[in-house]
Parts: sequence; C-alpha cells; structure tokens
Amino acid sequence: MNNMITIRNLNFNYGKNEVLKNISFEVAEGDYIGIVGPNGSGKTTLIKILLGLIKNSKGQIKFNHDILEKNSIGYVPQKGVMNDRLFPATVKEIVATGLLSEKTGFKFYSKDDYSRVDITLNKLNIENLKDKKIGNLSGGQQQRVLLARAMVANPSILILDEPTSALDPEIREEFYSILKELNEEDVTIMLVSHDIASIEKYVSKILYLDKKIIFYGSYNDFRHSKAMAKYFGIYTGE
Amino acid sequence: MENVISMIMEALQSDFILRAILVGSLIAICCSFLGIFLVLKKYSMIGDGLAHVSFATIAIALLLNKSPLVVSIPLVIFSSFLILKLNEKADLHGDAAIALISSFAVAVGVLITSVAKGFNIDLFSYLFGSILVISKLDVILSIILSAVVIFITLFFYNSLFAITYDEEFATVIGLNSKNMNYLISILTSITVVLGIRVVGTMLISSMIIFPTVTALQVSKGFKDTILISSIISVSSVILGIFISYILNFPTGATIVIINAICFMVFFFINKLKSN
Repeated sequence: MNNMITIRNLNFNYGKNEVLKNISFEVAEGDYIGIVGPNGSGKTTLIKILLGLIKNSKGQIKFNHDILEKNSIGYVPQKGVMNDRLFPATVKEIVATGLLSEKTGFKFYSKDDYSRVDITLNKLNIENLKDKKIGNLSGGQQQRVLLARAMVANPSILILDEPTSALDPEIREEFYSILKELNEEDVTIMLVSHDIASIEKYVSKILYLDKKIIFYGSYNDFRHSKAMAKYFGIYTGE
Repeated sequence: MENVISMIMEALQSDFILRAILVGSLIAICCSFLGIFLVLKKYSMIGDGLAHVSFATIAIALLLNKSPLVVSIPLVIFSSFLILKLNEKADLHGDAAIALISSFAVAVGVLITSVAKGFNIDLFSYLFGSILVISKLDVILSIILSAVVIFITLFFYNSLFAITYDEEFATVIGLNSKNMNYLISILTSITVVLGIRVVGTMLISSMIIFPTVTALQVSKGFKDTILISSIISVSSVILGIFISYILNFPTGATIVIINAICFMVFFFINKLKSN
C-alpha cells in the first residue's frame, strides 16, 4: 500500500506543556482513520500540524507526491466556523473558495470552476442550497457546505475536526454515510472525534491519542485491546 | 422646488461641484470595497484609528509646507503595519493596538499644532473635510489612487473573500493570509487619507463602516453587499454635496448624516421583513 502521510517522532510543546510526544504513524491510501482520545489529548493539535496551521513542531512529516503536487488536502473545521448569521455569503461563493488552492496569480474563477461547484453540490445533495445565504442554513446543512468546500478540488485526503459535534444524531449519521461513500471512492479520511461510539461503524482504523499514541491499528484489533478496555471503562462504565 | 432645481442646475455648471462629485464618488466606492472586509473581519476600528493617525500626519505636512496627501499616505501605511505588528508580536488585542497608535498620533498632532501656530484654520478643514475646495493636484492623485484601490481589490477579490470568511481554511489551501492582511492595511490607509478630503479625519471611518453595515441589513451574498453599499455610498456623497451647497451646510457632516439615515431606513426594513 502506498503511504499518503508518514509521521516520524513528532513532538510538540506548548510553552512547557508537552502536547504531543513521539508520535509516529503512517496513513495509507484509502484509510479511514478515526482519531480519538479525551479532551486535551492533542487531537486537534496533531491535525493542525498536518495541515500546516501550527509550524514549530519537531519531527518529520512526509506527504506523498500526490498531496504535494496538487496541494490536495481537504479540510473540514470544527462545526460551523461562522457563528455570524449576518455574514453575507452564498453557498456557491463559499464552496468555490475550495478551488483557490489550484490557482495562481489573481485567482479568478472560470465557468468550468462553477460547474465543478455544481457537481460537488449535487453529489452532496445540496444543489438546492446553492444561492442561499450561509447564515440562514441549519447546522447540518452548513456542515455539508463545508464538506463541499473541502471536496470541490477533489483532494486525495480529507481531514475533519469534530465535524459533527454540533449536529443531531440523525443528521450526524447522514453526514457519516456521505463520508463513507467518499471513502469507498478512494478518498483517504482522517476524522477527529471525541465520541468513538458514533464513528465505530464507519472507520477502518483507530488512532487513540493521549499526548502519545496509545493505540494505532485496525478497528477490530482495537476492540480487543487493552486501550479499548480503558477507553470504555471511562466512557460507558461497562 | 423650482428654486432647488435651478440651484442644482447652477451647481452642475460649476467646476468645483463636478470635481467634488467625481472625487467623492470614487472615494465612496473605495470605502465600500474595503469596508466589507474591515467590518466582517472585525477591524472596523482600524479605519477610525488610522484617521486619527492622519490627523498627526497632516499636521506634519502643514508644518513642513508639503502636500498633506503625499506626506500622509506613507506615514499612515507605516502606522497600519505597526498596528498589525503589535497584534502579532506583543500579544495585544486588535483594538488595543489601534487605541495605542491612534491616541499617540493625536497627541503628536496636537503638540505640532500648538507649537507651530498659524495653520489652525487649515487643519480644521482637514478635520471635517473640504471637498468643495480641492486642488487640481489632489483631484488627480485622488483619481489615480482610488482607481488603484478599486482594481487591486477586484484582482484579489477571491483571496480576500476566502480569508475574510475563514482565515484558517484559507491558510490550509495555501493562501498567504498574513500578506493579505497587509494588503488590506495598505488599501485602507490609502482610502482613509483620500477620504479626509471628503469628510475629514473625524468622520472618515463612518464612510467606511456605514454603507457596508447598511447593505448587510438586506444583502444575501458578498458581491451584492459590495454593490448595494457602493450605491448607497455614492448616492450619499452626491446628495450630500447638493444639499450642503443649497443649504450651506458643511459637506462632510451632511454626507455622514445621510448615511446614518440610510442605515436607519434599511435597519427598519430588515426588522419588518424578519417579523
């Protein structure tokens, strides 16, 4: 299998606080990795480092050719970024920004770009929201718009940070099935969640993080591991 | 009524009114183009802060007997960088950095004016605007610089939009948000200095903020907002120039009051619609 991302001995301190310690793992093509762990375990920090939002980490991160060439990491941030209901932007305007990574110079959109926006909206079943103002949409709809923005440039890997924490269970399930479909179409997915129960049906691998890696492997192995016993000991009391 | 029409006709025949309308409208468009980014990035006060800075720079220009426009633009741009740097390096919150720089600049301005007596009347015209007495050089400079601001905003529109909506995402897809913030600062500095001619240092921030906030009451998309706010802004300037000419009011203050009235009207339209 082809590795999308290889991480070796990644360390990150926030002041004197050790946030990530000796993190080493590989992301293979087609993986669907659930990154789980308690609050403050460094999940968000880890993906922010991968996304280049946090720069002064120590260690090695290697992206494969595809990601480097096409600058193609799709990113879906934690819940709706905008709490500003007045923000004047239509769904189309927001989704199109996902294409800017491919553009140089003045970065104007072409007709072709707008048809790619249409195709992505269609795929996620939100073509009817195209000209709606983002602030007037429900939480689930907004999250799909942000997924569309991440997907519009056809990235080979998608990184999501607690994308469903603000959603109802039903809408959350819908959102996860869309991700599953994308994964079946060969998009590699890394999904951060604090709630393993809601993602266990979908993911193929689990990365259990608590400042260092407690467990990394297939979901099946995880179910029979010590890490899991500890995890469920804390979370469900079983 | 006939009287008013004949006065408007008369006004339209005088060069200074036409010049005022041309320069005022261009600056109004600059203000609308930038206002949306400043308001939505929660940088509204930067316009106000830089206007205070320009009070000092104009005092310096008058002291040295140089053109206020030419002296002010680089100094105001420099101050805007200082504000950004203070934000980045000194762990200051956005508006604290603005307050530091702007109050310091006003103090410098006041010191200069009191030491060098004699240009108080001149300075007053810069405090509250004097678009009806604008020199040829200022007209030409204003037209060129407004065009520069408008075109640069148009060229970088998509990147500016992405950064305003979600700076983190914009960074992930490879946009340089830091550079874009500097670009916004430069353009705002130029616009603030140009706007001093129209409404004065005390009132320029209202030209940047009012039309955008008014447009936000009714707009849906980003481009609509810019379009609506430009229309409001230009109409306020033109209407303000005529009203002040006919009734002998100060032009700058009249323009701002028209803007305020527009805001109230749109605000109530929005409230009625959402009920």
